Amino acid sequence: MKLWYALCDWLPFAFLHFDFMKNALLVVLILGPLFGILSTMIVTGKMSFFSDALGHSAFTGIAIGVLCGFAAPTWCAVVLSVFFALLFTFVRSRSNLSGDTVIGVFSSTAVALGIFIATLQGGSFTSFNTYLIGDILSVQPGEILLLAIVLALVLVLWCFISSKLVLTAIHPQLASSRGVPVRLHESIFTVAIAVVVTLAISRVGLMVINSLLVLPAAGARNVSKNLRQYTLLSVLAALVCGIAGLVTSYYLSCSAGATICLYLAVFFALTFGLRKRTA
Amino acid sequence: MIPLKHHGHGSCEDSCCLKITDLCVSFGTEEVLKDINLHMHCGQIVALIGPNGAGKSTLIRSILGQQEYTGSITFSTGGHSQKLRIGYVPQSPTFDRGDPVSVLDLFCCCNASRPAFLPVPKKFRRRVLECLQAVHGEALIDKRVGNLSGGELQRVLLALALDPMPNILILDEPLSGVDVEGMELLMDMLDEIRQKFDLSILMTTHDFSMLDRYVDKVVLLNSRVLCSGSPREVLCSEAFAQAFHMGGGAGQ
Repeated sequence: MKLWYALCDWLPFAFLHFDFMKNALLVVLILGPLFGILSTMIVTGKMSFFSDALGHSAFTGIAIGVLCGFAAPTWCAVVLSVFFALLFTFVRSRSNLSGDTVIGVFSSTAVALGIFIATLQGGSFTSFNTYLIGDILSVQPGEILLLAIVLALVLVLWCFISSKLVLTAIHPQLASSRGVPVRLHESIFTVAIAVVVTLAISRVGLMVINSLLVLPAAGARNVSKNLRQYTLLSVLAALVCGIAGLVTSYYLSCSAGATICLYLAVFFALTFGLRKRTA
Repeated sequence: MIPLKHHGHGSCEDSCCLKITDLCVSFGTEEVLKDINLHMHCGQIVALIGPNGAGKSTLIRSILGQQEYTGSITFSTGGHSQKLRIGYVPQSPTFDRGDPVSVLDLFCCCNASRPAFLPVPKKFRRRVLECLQAVHGEALIDKRVGNLSGGELQRVLLALALDPMPNILILDEPLSGVDVEGMELLMDMLDEIRQKFDLSILMTTHDFSMLDRYVDKVVLLNSRVLCSGSPREVLCSEAFAQAFHMGGGAGQ
């Protein structure tokens, strides 16, 4: 961390004067690639709303954690959303309902349970506002380390399973005929999203976290011809918009998560305009 | 070309390479497939025909091991000791038009050991080009799978199924969505591949016009095997006329 602080001091940017901005920038640099990479598979796998539902379940997990008086409700949330993710994969593979219906069922149940618990015995909901809007500036070095480890794990995981995941997403039958254990891969992927969403939710906010998981790849998809361009563009977009959003939010004193999301929306609009030319 | 020993057509004509005995599949209380008995010999092209909902796709899923069933399905590789491989060409129009997945990516996802989002080594690209050459599709390598026409996609999936070279090739409705010209091209190609690599081909189809010309054996399926034999036998049979509610001998 000291090295990072020294590096930030050396950079000629006024906004990096404060420690919380240095921390926040580091978080953005970690979350950018993380969201960029996961985003590619979420969009290809048509799971945009699944990650949304996971956000809701993470919120429920935090509410339960707070209710039980845990010191770190985040861990409770991680466990719950991993459980939720696996349950979801199980239900989807066993029922003949379409994916979006299953997601709808789970999402509303999770958020209802979360609100139910949070407001139980006249509890005030305002204490949960941090999780709805997210606060990137209050991040602590320990949490940054945790996120960095998660990024490293996801990168390693990605090297092993991304190809099979793509195959599973675009054609499950073809994948399984080529010996890919489809359900296992789906489960690993959903667990990865669950962990990342839950850990990032207090920084980015429940309301916008899903946009960060969908927009980078949705924009990249507009103009990419192959998986290499797609992944690269998605990660770059998440990084650049992340940094731009953070800096803008510093000068305008607004929520960083929301600003990053707006930048990504602009990215999507631009690529949408360029779409015809590259198709 | 794909490196594989040339055995010559008919070298294991008598050996059964796929043998299905008393196969039954039911979804809940509904029996979709009942007492299916089917033998397929090496080097044969077998066509599976039947009305919609006859259980053709279910049978294929059972052979691929994606469907629970009772009865037995056994394969033999005709004396070769290598592991049996099934090449599967799925029904085509299932790719999303917008997916940024090129043909090369598709091969990468299936056969490369390195992740597909990293740059592709030249050697692997050459190998994919060779596979595509076998189906006259070299030009398609950098196209997105979503942008391919029905016939092109069919050829790409065929090339993919042939790498690594299988013992049995299974095609699900390879002729749907393909025009007459593309159909002949595809069937000629299958015939060529079958002779060159001595593999057996099982396909489902709704198109009866080319059965007589290309296919060795036709199996008429409607929950059970209604009729099986040479194309002419099956197409002229009473069972065929009944299954498709038309006069005997139609579609020739």
